[in-house]
Amino acid sequence: MMGGKAVLTGQHFMNGDDACAEGALAAGCRYFGGYPITPSTEIAERLARRLPEVGGVYMQMEDELGSIASILGASAAGARAMTATSGPGFSLMMENLGLGVMLELPCVIVNIQRGSPSTGLPTMAGQSEVMQARWGSHGDYGIVAYAPSSPQEIFDLTILAFNVADRYRVPVIVLGDEVIGHMVERVTIPPADQIPRWERKRPAHPPEFYVHERFKSFRADEDNLVPPLAHAGEGYRVHFTGLTHDEIGYPEMSAETHHELVTRLVNKIRHNAPDIIRTESLYLDDAQIVVISYGCTARSARRAVLDARAAGIPVGLLRLISIWPFPETLIQELAQTAETFIVAEMNLGQIRLEVERCVRRPVRGIHHAGGAMIHPEPILDAIREAAGLR
Amino acid sequence: MAQAIVIDKHPLDDIMRAERMPHIFCPGCGIGIAMRCYAQAVLESGIPERQHIVVSGIGCSGRVAGYMNLDSYHTTHGRGIPFATGIKLANPELMVTVFSGDGDLAAIGGNHLIHAARRNMDLKIICVNNFNYGMTGGQFGPTTPTGAYATTAPYGNREQPFNLPYLLAAAGANYVSRWTTMHVRQITQDILYTFTKPGFTFIEILAACPVGFGKSNRIPDGLEEMKLYRERSVLARDVPLDQLGIDLREERPIYVGNFVNRDVPAYAPVSIDP
Repeated sequence: MMGGKAVLTGQHFMNGDDACAEGALAAGCRYFGGYPITPSTEIAERLARRLPEVGGVYMQMEDELGSIASILGASAAGARAMTATSGPGFSLMMENLGLGVMLELPCVIVNIQRGSPSTGLPTMAGQSEVMQARWGSHGDYGIVAYAPSSPQEIFDLTILAFNVADRYRVPVIVLGDEVIGHMVERVTIPPADQIPRWERKRPAHPPEFYVHERFKSFRADEDNLVPPLAHAGEGYRVHFTGLTHDEIGYPEMSAETHHELVTRLVNKIRHNAPDIIRTESLYLDDAQIVVISYGCTARSARRAVLDARAAGIPVGLLRLISIWPFPETLIQELAQTAETFIVAEMNLGQIRLEVERCVRRPVRGIHHAGGAMIHPEPILDAIREAAGLR
Repeated sequence: MAQAIVIDKHPLDDIMRAERMPHIFCPGCGIGIAMRCYAQAVLESGIPERQHIVVSGIGCSGRVAGYMNLDSYHTTHGRGIPFATGIKLANPELMVTVFSGDGDLAAIGGNHLIHAARRNMDLKIICVNNFNYGMTGGQFGPTTPTGAYATTAPYGNREQPFNLPYLLAAAGANYVSRWTTMHVRQITQDILYTFTKPGFTFIEILAACPVGFGKSNRIPDGLEEMKLYRERSVLARDVPLDQLGIDLREERPIYVGNFVNRDVPAYAPVSIDP
């Protein structure tokens, strides 16, 4: 039906869920473990059809606990692996998200957000898992999350997510929403040789080298704090445990080892943030008013900023493409010159708290609990009010 | 004059991580016996060691992965089977064994257990059943016999335990057997057999837990429990699966042996010619 090619080079008219699935295939994802859940199900459906065409495996698990466990296993065996879910399933995945962080196994977790909490609004959009994406599993850790604003971008960011996951040995979250998942737009898929590919850091020597001294799956290189990864079946005799572990991977129950390990897991993302962070700036150079938004809401924010600029208001848009790590340095710099910050998001103030932390002053929030996209008008009203025009 | 025999190498040195010894298991614990049987089977399997992968969940038996000198994964509580599923599907060449305990596999991981059996996923499950949660100090679990005592069942367990062979047979496992840690040869041979048996295989190994289960149930040490196994183990022949439940109170036999041996094709992902 689709030619059996992993990369469907060309122009397409497709929804965000399908674009996400195609992005995964283009990135080389060959294992999907998931459980159907609205509004992410189209990702599973497309991959169920497409993965066998390219020699990959679609595995429908019994629940989301098993889904994420299975993608970690597939990753440990060398595959690029992904799951896709929405709020209730994302909650179940928090357990093994932590395992992925602790074992430093690359994987991609797509969350097409719907109205939450609990069962919420299964068929309607939400953006209320922003903080859960950051802090949802127990413990301190570093994490990466990208928030696409269009079908084209979910295609691109799914590829980036796999690349960042592999380069930094970390689970990466694609934090979509129902609007983006179900919106149909043009998606341009480049030729296969133009799909960027970042590889996992691999052992420096063959397994035979590690006879007298064991291969260390958790000895990080000083440059970027990422250790090399050996896969199941390669002969390195690795051990992985969710317990606090030493550089070989053996359990070590000591406060010192624990502090060192957890600090590295946090710093691995923190120190590499410049390589991971993605933002889009619109009219920020001379902006006195800065609107910050992401995902589907950023589309409304863009309209409002364009309209306000047309009316001569010195406003700019900072669109967060990566949500985590948070672009705090950039926002702190903007706070040197801009007076007013406005955050528009489909939750009751999750990123607004982060922005307030960075700019150290009250931030105006345009919020909605979810279910209906925030329109440009309330954002434009807030801009006009900030400009003293109301 | 007698000369000291110096042995500087154990036959299982290559299979086990000697530097991780001593292990965490309590005196009298049966897990070490089951672990040794697995190691022996790996050694004798003829399958290159690099192809053997061992995955565990959480609990005392979950620590076994960490003692095997193989690519080994100590995962989260109950999730050994789905993690192993991902490994197996990403690299079907591997012989993936899930070595874990009854609480891990049948309680918190119970859903994964029955669904992997239903799919006949090509995984080798070794389930050490010591009738309680040992790691946390002897609480009742999904296999604790009715009436048995535990730290969270001070008045006796009110629940009906899983009859694991019956459960696994119903769920669709290709191969189901049960032994006790008295049956080291049978266990080793059975594990070796499951390495040749495609599909989902399940070996339950009844094991002493004197510190956890025994202390509450007048089985003061491992040896006592081994004696109990010796006296009451009966090789099941034509015993209906629903009669395989374990009730330690009664003078009932503990049925051991192989109960299911089917040849349903193992799960295989969709494969199409592009």
